[in-house]
Amino acid sequence: MADMLKKVPVREQAPLVRAANFEEVCLGYNKEEAMEEAARCINCKNAKCISGCPVSINIPAFVHEVKEGNFEAAYQIISESSALPAVCGRVCPQESQCEGKCIRGVKGEAVSIGKLERFVADWASENGIKPTPAKEKNGHKIAVIGSGPAGLTCAGDLAKLGYDVTIFEALHKEGGVLVYGIPEFRLPKDKVVAAEVENVKSLGVKIETNVIIGKSVTIDELLKEEGFEAVFIGSGAGLPMFMGIAGEQANGVFSANEYLTRNNLMKAFREEYDTPIARGKKVAVVGGGNVAMDAARTALRLGAEVHVIYRRSEAELPARAEEVHHAKEEGIIFDLLTNPTEILTDDKDWVTGIRCIRMELGEPDASGRRRPVEIPGSEFDIAVDTVIMSLGTSPNPLISSTTIGLDVNRRKCIVADEEFGKTSKEGVYAGGDAVTGAATVILAMGAGKAGAKGIHEYIMSK
Amino acid sequence: MYKILKAEKLASNIFMKVVEAPRVAKHCLPGQFVIVKLDETGERIPLTICDYDAKEGTVTIVFQPIGASTMKMAELEAGDCFEDFVGPLGKPSEFTEENLDELKKKKIVFVAGGVGTAPVYPQLKWLHEHGVTADAIVGAKTKDLIILEKEMSAVSNLYLTTDDGSYIRKGMGTDVLRDLVENQGKQYDICVAIGPMIMMKFVCLLTKELNIPTIVSMNPIMVDGTGMCGACRLIVGDEVKFACVDGPEFDGHLVDFDLAMKRQQMYKTDEGRAILKLQEGDTHHGGCGHCGGDK
Ligand SMILES: Cc1cc2nc3c(=O)[nH]c(=O)nc-3n(C[C@H](O)[C@H](O)[C@H](O)COP(=O)(O)OP(=O)(O)OC[C@H]3O[C@@H](n4cnc5c(N)ncnc54)[C@H](O)[C@@H]3O)c2cc1C
Ligand SMILES: Cc1cc2nc3c(=O)[nH]c(=O)nc-3n(C[C@H](O)[C@H](O)[C@H](O)COP(=O)(O)OP(=O)(O)OC[C@H]3O[C@@H](n4cnc5c(N)ncnc54)[C@H](O)[C@@H]3O)c2cc1C
Ligand code: SF4
Ligand code: SF4
Ligand code: FES
Repeated sequence: MADMLKKVPVREQAPLVRAANFEEVCLGYNKEEAMEEAARCINCKNAKCISGCPVSINIPAFVHEVKEGNFEAAYQIISESSALPAVCGRVCPQESQCEGKCIRGVKGEAVSIGKLERFVADWASENGIKPTPAKEKNGHKIAVIGSGPAGLTCAGDLAKLGYDVTIFEALHKEGGVLVYGIPEFRLPKDKVVAAEVENVKSLGVKIETNVIIGKSVTIDELLKEEGFEAVFIGSGAGLPMFMGIAGEQANGVFSANEYLTRNNLMKAFREEYDTPIARGKKVAVVGGGNVAMDAARTALRLGAEVHVIYRRSEAELPARAEEVHHAKEEGIIFDLLTNPTEILTDDKDWVTGIRCIRMELGEPDASGRRRPVEIPGSEFDIAVDTVIMSLGTSPNPLISSTTIGLDVNRRKCIVADEEFGKTSKEGVYAGGDAVTGAATVILAMGAGKAGAKGIHEYIMSK
Repeated sequence: MYKILKAEKLASNIFMKVVEAPRVAKHCLPGQFVIVKLDETGERIPLTICDYDAKEGTVTIVFQPIGASTMKMAELEAGDCFEDFVGPLGKPSEFTEENLDELKKKKIVFVAGGVGTAPVYPQLKWLHEHGVTADAIVGAKTKDLIILEKEMSAVSNLYLTTDDGSYIRKGMGTDVLRDLVENQGKQYDICVAIGPMIMMKFVCLLTKELNIPTIVSMNPIMVDGTGMCGACRLIVGDEVKFACVDGPEFDGHLVDFDLAMKRQQMYKTDEGRAILKLQEGDTHHGGCGHCGGDK
């Protein structure tokens, strides 16, 4: 009998093997493992786990079906709340959401909700189960901007209600961060992302790539000239931030967005693609979030020794616990309580190193986390040939600056209400990172759902 | 898919394609650019818009093959397609937003070098259509590399020059500009310089001396072209600017050209070349003029 206090272990590629390839790290449960893990759920009456999930998936119900081996029924239950279970099962920060609230976690390990969700979604996809399209079209045309989780979800929900939906995407491929940001080894592009996009298309949603709203066409034109009755903006987070330290413009300094885009969207890691990328020998990644972990583990797979430089301590690392754990297993070096002060260069302006200063934690700041302060005189240099800056993003002004009457807040994020995604402009709804700043897939998806609800009510009341 | 309606070789190493892209054609203005991608495995290549026809829904690009992707693109014929063609990107030239009466009072000189002639053309044409005929100094290495002579002379006062003297006059664009200002009594309110970075740098050094405000069109390495990646960052004045969204046109007297040129060599230096070779194998054709390809 397995230990009921512990999760059924999930099979993974061995750390040293996976550190040299781009295949998925986690192999997921098979049927037997999934059913065994599902049996650990005690089907709480007042299930706390549901309140931890931003889209309130009926977790006990779907887990129960998994336990019984009714995978299709489990899939239908998840589908009532989530449009992208294969994605969320893989990338949600479960430890602080659903699993963080699971009663099993009080004494032992939480039920592996994410892995079960992933299993169900993969099973459904392997067995050709697709969402059901609307029986009848209602003839109303809606435009969705951006094909990330927010846009895909909003489009899917509206299509199911019978709307004629077109997604406009600036890049040449659909998926948003799912395709350009999160790497293949965490989220397979063909098997998972492309399949989710196909599902949305199978509902009748049209996707026009290579259209930049605000440049190729404006929101006002979509509404006035192209016959769209409402617009949902899911344009994501946007512009990378830099530190403003000396040497940051040197050759060999990249934003994580550039590095990851070259590798994930433009597939620099594959021989047959023309995309160049700087395969450093020693790489410093500055930052501690999911993006930093992804950049670090990508550089490692391209053959580098990698240092993650983060100014607070391990407890404050904002990345998912699983990613930090995986990164360590793979041999990423963590230089914690350390902050860069300068990037060192040679006479041709190529990076030769990064000067850092040690930090200690002082009083808590506005975010409640203890503020890191410099320890005077503790500077030291790390020799590196590549630096990847992963310090977050600020919103892209392309849409807000070209749309009359669309309000943004002090941080330049689009202002939209949480329940319906309503903005200051009639017929225009918004959600996801464009509204909240960089957040999570599941929150963006939730916002896409809210937007669809808002648009539906708006059209029906016209 | 974006169909090529017309393909022409303008000079021994300069190619023109007219591409069907109605959304871009309807919205573009002089100074803006597109990003094209040949096929699934291709790079995203930024190219300035050289002409456009909103009614026909077409956009013209002119380019010089310097690497793997542009070489493959050069071989495309009418009827072939680009898989991706996105735009218009960047801000239009400042004068397109100026008050026309003010603009008509201005004396404008353009200085173009090599393939930079192509992006100058739509600007001259736009000005001409709005009643302003500018002076245009076009320099080329040699006679065979001069492009669009007829089109340019129809919309500007054209001054051609060749480095080797094989056509009209010998000398560089900067020599002509100095001559016009110092010996022929020309006065200019503004200069627009487009071409290789090194040429724009020297034009700016001269116009600083001659006290002519100067606009340049920067062409750093880019990836997305929408402000998302930061690859195209430049220092202008004391600020970091992203060429794809803040530009590509900037005040040439404020641009840090030396840094921009170093950054453009990112995949060209010793280390960069080794990296490229490792990754690109046989596909690294050289053409950067530094490494001799795989030879
Ligand atoms: C490297 C990385 C790792 C991450 N890891 C995780 C994780 O493990 N777990 C997690 O939950 N979250 C993670 N996130 C965050 C998560 O991916 C985002 O919060 C989520 O993708 C936001 O979704 P969205 O739909 O709002 O925007 P995006 O996914 O950013 O999609 C926006 C789309 O809109 C397009 N667009 C933008 N402007 C325009 C325009 N003007 N016209 C047309 N199209 C436009 C963009 O090209 C893009 O495709 C990560 C993010 C990154 C960058
Ligand atoms: C806004 C903008 C407008 C442009 N307009 C034009 C145009 O109208 N006509 C034209 O011929 N070219 C133009 N360029 C330059 C053009 O994009 C590059 O020549 C092209 O990207 C090279 O691609 P490649 O794959 O053939 O060469 P690669 O194999 O990618 O590169 C060959 C060599 O050139 C270097 N390189 C890569 N990108 C650039 C770049 N952007 N500029 C200079 N060197 C580069 C590489 O480091 C490499 O060593 C423009 C660039 C920008 C940013
Ligand atoms: S969507 Fe995310 S938070 Fe909700 S149950 Fe699934 S893994 Fe947990
Ligand atoms: S809290 Fe845990 S044990 Fe209870 S229903 Fe949710 S998953 Fe099952
Ligand atoms: S090209 Fe990516 S930000 Fe300009």
